[in-house]
Amino acid sequence: MSLLEVRDLRVSYGGIEALKGVSFDVEEGQIITLIGANGAGKSTTLKAISGLVKSNAGTILYKGEEIQNIDSQKVVEKGIALVPEGRRVFANLSVKENLLIGAYLRKNKVEIESDLANVYSLFPRLEERHWQSAGTLSGGEQQMLAVGRGLMAKPSVLMMDEPSLGLAPQLVRDIFTIIERINDMGVTVLLIEQNANAALKIADKAYVLVTGEMVKSGPGQELLNDPQIRDAYLGVTNK
Amino acid sequence: MGSTYLLQQLLTGISLGGAYALIAVGYSMVYGILMLINFAHADIFMMAGYFMIFSFAAMPWPVAIVVVILGTILLGVTIEKVAYKPLRSAPRMSIMISAIGMSYLLQNLATYLFSALPQAYPAIPGLKKLIKLGDLNSSMVTFVTPIITIILVVLLMMLLKRTKIGMAMRAVSKDYDTAKLMGIKINQIISLTFVIGSALAAIGSILYFTDRMSVTPFSGTLLGLKCFVAAVLGGIGSVPGAVIGGFIIGITETTLIAMGYSTFSSAFTFLILIIILMVRPTGLLGETLTEKV
Repeated sequence: MSLLEVRDLRVSYGGIEALKGVSFDVEEGQIITLIGANGAGKSTTLKAISGLVKSNAGTILYKGEEIQNIDSQKVVEKGIALVPEGRRVFANLSVKENLLIGAYLRKNKVEIESDLANVYSLFPRLEERHWQSAGTLSGGEQQMLAVGRGLMAKPSVLMMDEPSLGLAPQLVRDIFTIIERINDMGVTVLLIEQNANAALKIADKAYVLVTGEMVKSGPGQELLNDPQIRDAYLGVTNK
Repeated sequence: MGSTYLLQQLLTGISLGGAYALIAVGYSMVYGILMLINFAHADIFMMAGYFMIFSFAAMPWPVAIVVVILGTILLGVTIEKVAYKPLRSAPRMSIMISAIGMSYLLQNLATYLFSALPQAYPAIPGLKKLIKLGDLNSSMVTFVTPIITIILVVLLMMLLKRTKIGMAMRAVSKDYDTAKLMGIKINQIISLTFVIGSALAAIGSILYFTDRMSVTPFSGTLLGLKCFVAAVLGGIGSVPGAVIGGFIIGITETTLIAMGYSTFSSAFTFLILIIILMVRPTGLLGETLTEKV
């Protein structure tokens, strides 16, 4: 049994079917990535798992339990956190408050403190700026904060929606290194990326989404060498 | 016009401003969380006046004060559940119209139940007592209103800045969806906002009506608009802004009356609104957008 199993998931927004029966598995301890063009349904998939959008059909099994269409709050409680697209840090809260609010549902203060120290060691920049309001951070720092905030929920599965979007190339490399470190800490990662190249390099398994349907899956390295994928998503033409 | 007269008027203005501030905070907080101008807030304040008239007649006054505050909280939270919650995902205009409807409903309900004639507001022992402080002569309520206001606002600020629930309130005011992802129950936070706003309106009504001595179903109308102006002046969404706005409106109004322009005092308040909207639409302490994309 996989940690997270998505079966034939269907989601519609105002008459348009964004997901037309998506199925995939997330194995414990792995990095899984969903790649695909804009509008393929990647973000919708993560939002459906998080309970931010309602699905019309299909099942989402987490540790064998059906979790489709339950409240977002319950999803976090069960151990699935989402780092949303566009960072969405609380600009009016300080950096430290943003991290603490990530641990909103947790009660154990000692554990929260030690996780805070962990996040600070992962992102020393956040510790330096812990008192600043999050709105004053640069884009890259806000992304680190969003990832750190996700970690503060102590999730079993951390879902990340386009963490490299809009970052400078150096920061993009940093973000992918950090994703691998998070995975080494024992957190299962479900990653969505436009930067398919970098995502496939670190992924244990990848799925390709095209207009709401899964068209291909396989180990990251395998897809990285797949001529079709290279042509469509990696911007390299095959001679 | 001696300095004693000026001081006397200033004291009256500060006291009136304190009552305005308590009500303005309710407008500001609800706007901060729901982006809604809660037009019914003024009528919740008015109903609190009637609650006191009836509670005072039936029970000892300290109990009556508690009953009035609890009753007003219940009214405020019920209005949110009945008139605003079902419209959570509707366009903002719908919920605003619902708020206006709620306001008229309360006014008409009060007229039907209590008639449009002014009802005498009870004298809470101690509050009407005349106090002499140097050359200043005023009733106790004039002196205690600003003190109570400041204490309550400081407590509220501590709740917002220092506690976990306050942090959640600030997060919800910024971004519903992301707050949900943190595990925050949005509806619980919205209810809490109405609890706080209504409790402050109840205390404000006790202080205000003790000074005015009577309640009508329309007591809230003009006062509500003035407090709304105070909230906009201070920067709607900001609690300290609402307090500063309340004091400014209270003091200017009293000053104008003291100078003999009582006919224009309300008009001047709305003139302030027009000027602030033209010169600084975010208000004195309103937040400037610092978010980077």
